[in-house]
Amino acid sequence: MITALLLFWPALAALLVLLIKGQGAKKVAFVAALVEFALSLFALSAFDTQSGATQLALSLPWIESAGISFSIGMDGISLLMVLLTTFLVPLIILSSYKHAYKNPNAFYALILFMQTGLIGVFVAMDAFLFYFMWEVALIPIYFIAAVWGSANRIRVTIKFFVYTILGSLFMLAAFVYLYLQTPGTHSSDVNAFYQLSLSSESQSWIFWFLFVAFAIKMPVFPFHTWQPDTYTESPAQGTMLLSGIMLKMGIYGVLRWLLPVVPYGVSQWDEVVLVLAIIGIVYGSIIAIRQRDLKRLVAYSSIAHVGLIAAGIFTLNEQGLQGGVIQMLSHGVNVVGLFFIIDIIFSRTNTREITSLGGITQNAKLLSIFFMVLLLGAIGLPLTNGFVGEFLLLSGVFQYNAWFGGVAGLTIILAAVYMLRMFQGVMFGTKSELTASFTDLTLNEKAVLIPLVVMVFWIGLFPNTFLSISEPAVNNLLSIINR
Amino acid sequence: MTSIILLSVFGIINLFAGFAKNKQVLLPLVLVFLAVVFGVNLLDWNDTQTYFSNMLTVDNYAVAFTGIMTLTTLLLLPFSQRYIDKGDSNLAEYYSLLLFSLVGAVMMVGYENLIMLFIGVEILSIAMYVLAGSDKSSLRSNEAALKYFLMGSFFTGIMLFGIAMIYGATGTFNITEIGAAQAGLGADGVMDSMFVLGILVLVIGISFKISAAPFHFWAPDVYDGTPTFFTAFMSTVVKTAGVAAFYKLMAAAFAASYAAWFPTLVAITVLTLVVGNIGAVIQTSFKRMLAYSSISHAGYMLMALVAFNESSDTSILFYSAAYSAATIAAFGVLKLVQDQQRSADYEAFNGLGKTNPLLAFSMTVSMLSLGGIPLTAGFFGKFFVFSALLQNPDMLWLVVLAVILAAVGIYYYFRVVIAMYMQPAANQKPVRVESFTAFTLIVLTILTILLGIAPALVSELL
Repeated sequence: MITALLLFWPALAALLVLLIKGQGAKKVAFVAALVEFALSLFALSAFDTQSGATQLALSLPWIESAGISFSIGMDGISLLMVLLTTFLVPLIILSSYKHAYKNPNAFYALILFMQTGLIGVFVAMDAFLFYFMWEVALIPIYFIAAVWGSANRIRVTIKFFVYTILGSLFMLAAFVYLYLQTPGTHSSDVNAFYQLSLSSESQSWIFWFLFVAFAIKMPVFPFHTWQPDTYTESPAQGTMLLSGIMLKMGIYGVLRWLLPVVPYGVSQWDEVVLVLAIIGIVYGSIIAIRQRDLKRLVAYSSIAHVGLIAAGIFTLNEQGLQGGVIQMLSHGVNVVGLFFIIDIIFSRTNTREITSLGGITQNAKLLSIFFMVLLLGAIGLPLTNGFVGEFLLLSGVFQYNAWFGGVAGLTIILAAVYMLRMFQGVMFGTKSELTASFTDLTLNEKAVLIPLVVMVFWIGLFPNTFLSISEPAVNNLLSIINR
Repeated sequence: MTSIILLSVFGIINLFAGFAKNKQVLLPLVLVFLAVVFGVNLLDWNDTQTYFSNMLTVDNYAVAFTGIMTLTTLLLLPFSQRYIDKGDSNLAEYYSLLLFSLVGAVMMVGYENLIMLFIGVEILSIAMYVLAGSDKSSLRSNEAALKYFLMGSFFTGIMLFGIAMIYGATGTFNITEIGAAQAGLGADGVMDSMFVLGILVLVIGISFKISAAPFHFWAPDVYDGTPTFFTAFMSTVVKTAGVAAFYKLMAAAFAASYAAWFPTLVAITVLTLVVGNIGAVIQTSFKRMLAYSSISHAGYMLMALVAFNESSDTSILFYSAAYSAATIAAFGVLKLVQDQQRSADYEAFNGLGKTNPLLAFSMTVSMLSLGGIPLTAGFFGKFFVFSALLQNPDMLWLVVLAVILAAVGIYYYFRVVIAMYMQPAANQKPVRVESFTAFTLIVLTILTILLGIAPALVSELL
């Protein structure tokens, strides 16, 4: 029941927000998102973290004669993703307080509506419900990016939209095929999919149908071409939603709907995927080094980070998977923080060009500290959240193939290069015209950044809080894969 | 059956009602008529009867499609409010012709005899030829009527030719008997060539009616030239009736000779999907885009026919319902916008999101539905069609093609959404919408979303 409440509360709140005229909408939206966070904490308290099974489940008939049910529930991985979503959404809403977006009611209603889609993706235990929610999450973010974005938004967002729809339609075709292979009157339940025994030829093509959908969403090289433009043109909150949470839909999709469903398909293609992921790591990093625009730089760095997560989970060992899960949380926290800091800088100087900034440390001590912490988290310095994930992921990749591990390990060095180069250009040096009268963080900005920075250290220092939640679920998943 | 009689009688009554001084009574009158027909039609549910010495069967298939087509017409009519306000003197005739056309459509979903199919197609078409040219002062409307009439009569002739050949081969017009007669024809493993030719010619005739490629060339010009209100009828009811008749024909009469017509049908389907979707991309006129989009949707419906299994009828039924609801709303909004902007191009919709949020929202939901995005009926339409087709795993390639083209579809459906929400308004004056029309739009939008959340309402019927 709590799962259903978690799923529908944001949608209900969105309808409420839609009715509010003027900038009051953001306050209501924020409160609604906080309530959602409280609900997720309640779900956490009701959750048995020792068990890898699906809990807090609810299943209602949807299209009864076809065996399609409205089936939701959570295991450890889902729960962590839900917590990430409910933790980030209030912060994202709070981070928008300084903007006066036109039609605020529609803007905030879309964010909340998207939250329903995101939660739905993470709790869906039925393939068609998953697909349904997958698209429900996409429509609001398209409108957020296309209506409130910057100059080039229209061309860029339609590319993003058509690209992701194309991927997900392939997923739909694969789901329909899998569904028709289930015995009896057919069922699209996740466990029915896990119990299928398909020939390795059909697993081989189903693998690609599903992988393309997830790879576009993450995005994995070479399916990433929509990403930098879309991140750059979206409004700051849209970018945070896309990079902080939506990207995790793709990784989560791999964990729940790809690896356990077509294990033979995975064993046929895992090397190809690892190579693509590792190309993505190096490629994303090198391009990030060359960027002059802050948002584009972080966008490309995101390609590199996601490449490592993808490489880790396709190794199919416990370190890789656990590292992938924890890194999803870390990446969500870090990237939202970094995009917020870019938004802060942009709102004061009206530029994101590294060369026209500089010397911000002199005026804004607190901002510099928070920026540094988030940045080090993204680089993966020990004691920060990035370290835990990258360590586990890299050790997973090393176990798989030492050469792959070696190349993937470049990410640490390259990340330090582009991140520190960015920090140096923006924060140190002499003040430019634009940064001369830079003011430090406001109360509202602190309220967003402090929870994020706390999470950077929490995950970095006590990763077991989170790893222990996902461990039974990951082991359960591995036992299904290795069956 | 009762619905055919009622519709005919109501059509005639309506003609006489046209003599009334006050034209305002006409719309409520015809709406009540249609509501009565809808209700009476439902009485035949689960009560299969044959009429006119086995010329017509009213089974659940016929009742379900009649219901959808009646409801479609019912929800379309409020958009004719403008004709009344303008004092159009031929209004009663328009309504009567629509009702007569519906009679033809109802026959097409319940026929038991090829002659009845032919009569149904003719009744449906002749009324439409007239309505296509109803805007007498417009050259384009005249062109549309002439083109539609010439092409239409040519292809009806072809259909009749096919029927004659099948009669020649089997000695009967009754579709069930034709189905049974095939056993004798194919006994030596070679199909009778006249019979096969008859099937193919008949398939071509019906393909024309549902504007399937390569017999679609008339459609863009006719849809574009016909007054928008009637284009909406043409691309919903006519298409639904055509596809329903097509499936009934193949299932009842030609199931045994599946192998003979299957490759042709696959070729038509592929061509229709490609021509419709690619053609729609390059249009600058929204109305012309909808014409091509209706070709592409004929292609998706034909996919259910290609599947040819027990899920086909449900898929076609659901797809028609989803497609009709979205298409009427789209044409309805187009008509309102067109009346004000004097243009059916994408640019006419610029800034509609700001000036008329309701129209823009309805249009967006319709476009999402036509594009097949979840939360709308169109998603389940595509879902049922794909599931039906994938029961034969060899057809995976066709699903893949359809998937790619569906993504192309998103592009052209979203052009109007982009125009409405992201382009500045050319004309800050809101489009005038009568409250009853607005109410109808809300009903259509709710229907589209409702079927997108609870598809079982329609999909469990058959």
